[in-house]
Amino acid sequence: MAMDTTTDSRDKQQTLLGADELVLNMGPQHPSTHGVLRVKLKLDGERVIGSECMIGYLHRGVEKIAEHRTYQQFAPYVDRMDYVAAVSNGLGYCEAIEKLLMVEAPPRAKVIRTILTELQRIASHLLWLGTHALDIGALTPLFYCFREREEILKIFEKYCGARLTTHAFRIGGLQYDAYDTLEKDVERFCKAFEPRIKDYEDLLTQNRIWLGRTKGVGILTAADAIALGATGPVLRASGVKWDIRKAMPYAAYDQYKFEIPVGSTGDTYDRYMVRMEEMRQSRLICLQAIENIPTGPILAKVGKVLKPPPGEVYHAIEAPKGELGYYVISDGTVQPYRVRIRPPSFVNLQAFDKMARGHLVADVVAIIGTLDIVLGEVDR
Amino acid sequence: MQAVTQATLEFVKQYWAPLVCGLVIVGVLPLIVGYVVLVERKIMADMQARLGPMRVGPHGLLQPIADAVKLLIKEDIIPEDADKLVFWLAPVLSVAAALLAIAGLAIGPAFQIAKDVNIGILFVVGVSAMGIFGIVLGGWASNSHYSLIGALRSSAQLVSYETAAGMALVCGLLFAGSLNITSIVQAQYDQGVWFGLLAPVAFFTYLVASIAETNRAPFDLPEAESELVAGYMTEFSGFRWSLYFLAEYTNMIVVASVATTLFLGGWLRPFPRTTWLSFIDFFPPLLMVGIGVYCLMRTPKQPVRVQQTFMLAVAGLCFAVALVLVAPMLVPAVKPLHDGILGAFWFIFKVSLYIYFFMWLRFTLPRYRFDQLMRLGWHFLIPLSIINVLLIGIAMIVGTYFHLQGWSLLLTTSPASIIALIIALFILATEQKSEPQKSSAAPDSYA
Repeated sequence: MAMDTTTDSRDKQQTLLGADELVLNMGPQHPSTHGVLRVKLKLDGERVIGSECMIGYLHRGVEKIAEHRTYQQFAPYVDRMDYVAAVSNGLGYCEAIEKLLMVEAPPRAKVIRTILTELQRIASHLLWLGTHALDIGALTPLFYCFREREEILKIFEKYCGARLTTHAFRIGGLQYDAYDTLEKDVERFCKAFEPRIKDYEDLLTQNRIWLGRTKGVGILTAADAIALGATGPVLRASGVKWDIRKAMPYAAYDQYKFEIPVGSTGDTYDRYMVRMEEMRQSRLICLQAIENIPTGPILAKVGKVLKPPPGEVYHAIEAPKGELGYYVISDGTVQPYRVRIRPPSFVNLQAFDKMARGHLVADVVAIIGTLDIVLGEVDR
Repeated sequence: MQAVTQATLEFVKQYWAPLVCGLVIVGVLPLIVGYVVLVERKIMADMQARLGPMRVGPHGLLQPIADAVKLLIKEDIIPEDADKLVFWLAPVLSVAAALLAIAGLAIGPAFQIAKDVNIGILFVVGVSAMGIFGIVLGGWASNSHYSLIGALRSSAQLVSYETAAGMALVCGLLFAGSLNITSIVQAQYDQGVWFGLLAPVAFFTYLVASIAETNRAPFDLPEAESELVAGYMTEFSGFRWSLYFLAEYTNMIVVASVATTLFLGGWLRPFPRTTWLSFIDFFPPLLMVGIGVYCLMRTPKQPVRVQQTFMLAVAGLCFAVALVLVAPMLVPAVKPLHDGILGAFWFIFKVSLYIYFFMWLRFTLPRYRFDQLMRLGWHFLIPLSIINVLLIGIAMIVGTYFHLQGWSLLLTTSPASIIALIIALFILATEQKSEPQKSSAAPDSYA
């Protein structure tokens, strides 16, 4: 049962608390709640006996904004949800609208989309790794991760001029064609990246303290993970082999060979290993993709004014954090009737209470880190 | 009236030296600590593939002063619900304990404020342990949950690790046969070998325990930033906060000095009795010359005139220090100062290495969790250190029986150390097997 949310008054809380219990309010301003998550923890000593996530501090009404913008106008807004993986957000939205319009992006566009999205996955996981390690007290990996992430952001910048909120794609294909040295840049990054992953692993994977802090912490069983709707690495670490890139291929993923790493116990360490392996796999996908980028148009035939036929569509992609779904209803006008977004972080955050209960305060930050939430996406 | 003046004069006459030294400590130590912080930031930057402070002065050399000024002019905030008196007192207690401990230390044979205290090392350790009151009181007085948890963690941590550190010190004291700091170093000179080599396990135990005692990573739980915001310091700001900071870094210097004195031969150069190695005496001036030359080489690369001048000044300072270091060896008139000057260098050098090791660990390792920290302390370090004391004691008895001295003492102490190591590995192995899993039936208070 969740904590009583209706009251914030001290008197009421004190009547709820036992003599040796303490309510700790973590966030929304806290170094490791990854933005503006607020967690109310009920503690017995340092042991968590109950928790409640309070969200909404970054609510911007993205879904409502969609109803007052044309389809193209709304595209840049989705970049601002998961702002560390903007390319993925854009891909999901563009593909959803393409489905609604019943057009398909040309092969060249699909491959370039795949490359950029996989680079974005690496960038997102790098950011996760750095901050997660920082939460657990390892200061240095953060800077190494940012160093590599910078290279990816430079590729984005060369491609579309923006680094974070890229708005890289366009409904029906691409806005810009690949710049001349894209393949070379990606290849250089991929070549340099392999030993770098090994560096991170040297710092963490076999480290006794790291093992102690992550093994057995925040266990999420497969059944729980499915019941709570967890997706992405959180689900896969629990041992469920579910990846939308394989299950319902989109973009150009059906052309490439890659593995889906899965964990066994579903603890923080497994999620760490799964994400590390995913970075390697993404790197392999990028390498395969740059080998053969088809020539041809980059934009399907879509009109200047998009007027999808009335109807509804749900399209999901495997964003770095999990299943990112767009449910779009069209009433035949230039503006969507409704856009409902299924952000992976929001759903994964549900598992927090299950994972945190019985652990110590120090584990709470490890669990928040391992869920890899971005509050822009949770609150929308 | 006259009597009072007379008494004051008498007092001043008798105690002017310690008073001046006290003033020097209070005045200079914050500056030293400021530069230790700068060095730490530079080392951190070096390890993290970035530059660190570069803006204030050449290579950020004036950063500590800018920081100090900033902290001094910050608004002083006392939380409304805080216990104001204790809130005021806590950081002062912390810093007073740390500074008082410095007084007992000997930086070289010539520089010691509380000279020849017969309980020297005990005084230093005891007084520096008092600093915990500042932390606990500060955490309590803040009336904040984070502070409270930080203070609780700190007190538990200090109590646990003080025991292990004390036991490790006992090993060194067994060899020295005295608590007096000068005698301890003298004993190492007489034996011709550092006690750290005779009792490496004790040195290791002290190393780990001293990191925990000074609340440094990976044992920085009381102020674990990512968990407790700033632990016991959460509600402190500006000058009060800087007092805590000063205390923390001073404590670091204190534990490093204690370790240096007891285990690393204090102000003695490596192999103090081996005469054919006396060319090592030229290492200090050469090192300073090297740094000076490096500064000179960097001077033209500084972008601003002021920075160039400053860099030149640093180079000049290095050369001056080198001159001071080399003078006793070349000029017969100042020969008596030889031990004092070179001793001070070696002492500071060793302390710096020790602190560098602290920093290195901090940027490499993740943080322990509280229960793991406690388990490490009580299940591993304390048993290990107690067993080690016993073994070293036995080794000493056997050594005395065979009239072993100096390096030959290693004949008995090294088996002792090896046995202690084997026991340590054994404890670790059983630890790993019995590592308790998370209590699966988590209490559900809302059920």
